[in-house]
Amino acid sequence: MTNAQLEIQLIASLVALACALPGTFLVLRKMAMISDAISHAILPGIVLGFFITHDLNSPVLILLAALTGVITVVFVEFIQKTGLVKEDTAIGLVFPALFSIGVILIAKNANDVHLDIDAVLLGELAFAPFDRLLIDGMDMGPKSLWVIGSILSISLVLLFLFFKELKLSTFDKGLATTLGFSPIILHYGLMTVSSVTIVGAFDAVGAVLVVALIIAPAATAYMLTDDLKKMLILSSLFGVFSAIAGYWMANIMDASIAGSMTTVLGVLFLFVYLFAPKQGVLSGFFRERRQRLEVSLLVFLLHLQNHKEEEERHVNHLREHINWQKVRAKKVLELADKNNLVFISENIVSLTDKGLEFTDEALKYITTNKATDIEDLKNRFFLFRG
Amino acid sequence: MELIDFFTDYTLRTITLGTAILGAICGMLGSFAVLRKQSLLGDAISHAALPGIAISFLITGVKDANYILLGALISGLVGTFWIKGIVKRTRLKSDTALGLILSLFFGFGMLLLTFIQKMPNANQAGLDKYLFGQAATLMEEDVWVMAIVTGVSLIVLLLFWKELKLLLFDADYTKTLGFNTRFLDILITTFIVLAIVLGLQTVGVVLMSAMLLAPAAAARQWTNSLGVMVVLAAIFGAFSGVLGTAISASQNNLSTGPVIVLVAASFVIVSFIFSPGRGLLFREIRFRRSRRELHLKKTLTFMYHIVKTHKNISHPHAIGILNNFQGFTKKTLTKLEKQQFIKIEEDQWAMTAKGYEEAASMYNQIGNDND
Repeated sequence: MTNAQLEIQLIASLVALACALPGTFLVLRKMAMISDAISHAILPGIVLGFFITHDLNSPVLILLAALTGVITVVFVEFIQKTGLVKEDTAIGLVFPALFSIGVILIAKNANDVHLDIDAVLLGELAFAPFDRLLIDGMDMGPKSLWVIGSILSISLVLLFLFFKELKLSTFDKGLATTLGFSPIILHYGLMTVSSVTIVGAFDAVGAVLVVALIIAPAATAYMLTDDLKKMLILSSLFGVFSAIAGYWMANIMDASIAGSMTTVLGVLFLFVYLFAPKQGVLSGFFRERRQRLEVSLLVFLLHLQNHKEEEERHVNHLREHINWQKVRAKKVLELADKNNLVFISENIVSLTDKGLEFTDEALKYITTNKATDIEDLKNRFFLFRG
Repeated sequence: MELIDFFTDYTLRTITLGTAILGAICGMLGSFAVLRKQSLLGDAISHAALPGIAISFLITGVKDANYILLGALISGLVGTFWIKGIVKRTRLKSDTALGLILSLFFGFGMLLLTFIQKMPNANQAGLDKYLFGQAATLMEEDVWVMAIVTGVSLIVLLLFWKELKLLLFDADYTKTLGFNTRFLDILITTFIVLAIVLGLQTVGVVLMSAMLLAPAAAARQWTNSLGVMVVLAAIFGAFSGVLGTAISASQNNLSTGPVIVLVAASFVIVSFIFSPGRGLLFREIRFRRSRRELHLKKTLTFMYHIVKTHKNISHPHAIGILNNFQGFTKKTLTKLEKQQFIKIEEDQWAMTAKGYEEAASMYNQIGNDND
């Protein structure tokens, strides 16, 4: 691994980290699409800044572009307030227009601007190590490393200082306001940090993919935990993992690093989407199936309890009576038998003592609480779940 | 380039016709997207189409516009239904789902595009025109495809007009009436995806969503009727397509996409400001007018309370005694005089009988309004 490779991975990891922090709050505050709007809308700011400074890593350019981002947010909110169009339409109208202005500015000044459209969409991570910061002739490392490093440290400091306030205003805006924290200051503070981060990351990964770095790690982490701190740590981990794995994948395929980082994030999200223990699609599917089976079991047991007469409890009659299909009826019967809730003699099904106790308690619970949520009961009585 | 070229030059005519049709279908279907609060779905779909473009090139190895459209359509649909799945099955909200699919699909597409660019195959040049669009590459058969799709979607819209309208404004009611809302939802979403995919070649992946939104958002300002809105949006869309293409064709190295978007955006700005019913300008004018009216009434009421204590209502008073009341200006006084509610002589004012009656009945009016 050469020095340049190491530096690229370091820059990519820092970019991913810097994006993951504000991303967590944006996802929780349901403002994920704002990051998309900002990342597109800062383009004219970057181009104009470049005309003035002629250096993509200059702090002036970064501040100017970040200001464009905040202005975009204000503008979107202004349009929302007029009530002429719905919220999301306001976002969808503002950023393509600003992005178009940026693209046209680049196209018209292609000779003066050292920026091309590909770089706008993909960033130039591979070239980052060649633009070095020299102080008194001393090589201090790549410039973009310093830029994103300082952005990351500032947002880390802000995060530690205002963690409590951010947490409160994210989850309970009303309470935060009554306690005297200004939601407006926090909102615009978050927007400013996001804008600055997006501008800093723009150089490395481009306009669209910075959105992936902001939203995807946070969304993936949100599928796995309910704890804000854990979510921040997890999304940082996912971000850094995608940076390093993405770099090597791009290396093998000889393709864009940013694109490959996003692809790693995509695969990661798909995996969590399918297999997350509580939120995942598969676990949801199994939970739903189990619940359906257990509700059937309860209906079946209550039916048995209701009928003392033998013909009502004959195996064949039961199937007709409750109108279940063969497989389903068999499954329910097996489950009841496995849990020692029923016994079968000469094709007549009867409740065991344990079964009687269970149905009594379940009935009592359901009628007194007017709810069918008998998870506790199930835990006490069932050896095997559906 | 002269205006007359549009009618004589074959290529230009094709392109102009193509962008006009594209603008029309986008405006038409965009109206539904905007009214269903799915404005950003278009953004996500258009970005999600990119990997489809790249994959269909990787599989077929040729740059056939139809295969590419098919690939884009499939991947756009996959993206759309994945978004719906995320919103339905997980706790992630729709904005997160949109942003996720948009950026992840686009990133994957860019990975494939850069991968293709490095491949030793001379054929791949020009795939990146799908990023920002290049109307100049439109061929006659592309325009035919657009025209057919537009025709089909128009027929479908007309066939299901009543159902779609109902779905837009009251989805629950539609369901209780026994319509298959799921089918209607898939129908309209599929057509929106189709319109977006058609526009990729002209406007590009990145900016296609604006093409869908802007005409519809502009049209919304001028009317409260769905039918009128759809027609207006189609007209706005067609105009921005044609104007945008003309401007971008008249200059060197300008992609069509950004120019069309800016033209459409200016339609939106004009509509936001100048539409008579909802526009900001007229709203401000109405606001000021009613404020002035209120000031006038306040002044008159204040005078009425002074006059009430006198036997002769036309007994003159000094203007000075109005001073502790902030609502009056010289202008309001002259206006009141013009309406013959008061008479002014030097620095004295006197209420007329008409003014007294007006002021006295003002309370009745307000009282009646509240009843």
